[in-house]
Amino acid sequence: MRWTWIDSFTAFESGRRAVAVKNLSLAEDHFADHFPGFPVMPAPLILEGLAQTGGILVGEANKYEKNVVLAKMSAKFHREAIAGEQLTYTTTILDLNETGARVSGTAYSGADLIAETEIMFAHVTAAHLPAGLPDTKFVFSGELTHLLRMAEATARGESEAEAN
Amino acid sequence: MSYDDILAKVRTTLVDALNVDDNEVTPTARLKGDLNAESIDFLDIVFRLERQFNLKIPREELFPESIFSGDPKFVNDGKVNADGLIELQTRMPYADLSDFRKDPRLDKIEDLFTVDLIVRYLESKVANK
Repeated sequence: MRWTWIDSFTAFESGRRAVAVKNLSLAEDHFADHFPGFPVMPAPLILEGLAQTGGILVGEANKYEKNVVLAKMSAKFHREAIAGEQLTYTTTILDLNETGARVSGTAYSGADLIAETEIMFAHVTAAHLPAGLPDTKFVFSGELTHLLRMAEATARGESEAEAN
Repeated sequence: MSYDDILAKVRTTLVDALNVDDNEVTPTARLKGDLNAESIDFLDIVFRLERQFNLKIPREELFPESIFSGDPKFVNDGKVNADGLIELQTRMPYADLSDFRKDPRLDKIEDLFTVDLIVRYLESKVANK
């Protein structure tokens, strides 16, 4: 199963802000059970999408050299999101240093606020890991690579637009 | 800024970071023992204090780890030795070590991290700003 909970980035300002969208398709398996006849996007998957948007923003700030691990999250939900809606996840870096980052995030459907969150990420470096691990970079690899390239392309597009 | 002014700001910070009630954040409250802070909360608290007080809190300054990691120079048989106590006093001049000296077990060291310790640390930082 793939674990990518955003579809694309629509804005990316390095070290500051990232915006991603997630289309809620009725074809997604979880809607069959959550709930039969009333397809509500599970709240943790909205948070996962926000964490991926914010986590890539934090990772990119250090050129993906550091593992970025979700450490703590608080959230407030305002209404359910239903299959067919498009969610816009906006994340902004509040604080960033060598030990980690704090990010605020919102999920909107059109003008409707669906959820707000504040996320703490910790940087996990090779020094924090048990000795002898074959791969000390374990976050920004595998299926996330596609998202990272998309984030970079979005960021590039914006800086080119600014230059023009 | 007076002790009470700093305490009021620290209280707001801890209420937000640890999801505790105002009245739980007393000067003697221990971050782990009383306010249930976990290690990751310390990172969160430092971020929030930096923002709240508009200053930089270098890693290791407020919560130094040299002793807690059990360095044999400072810790023997699970107890902080005389050199360790000097190191603690040097690294954490704002900490009240009087109780800890009576029973300097390493596993009691987390009790040093009280609300009062944070306020006194910030007092020294704000004064030198």
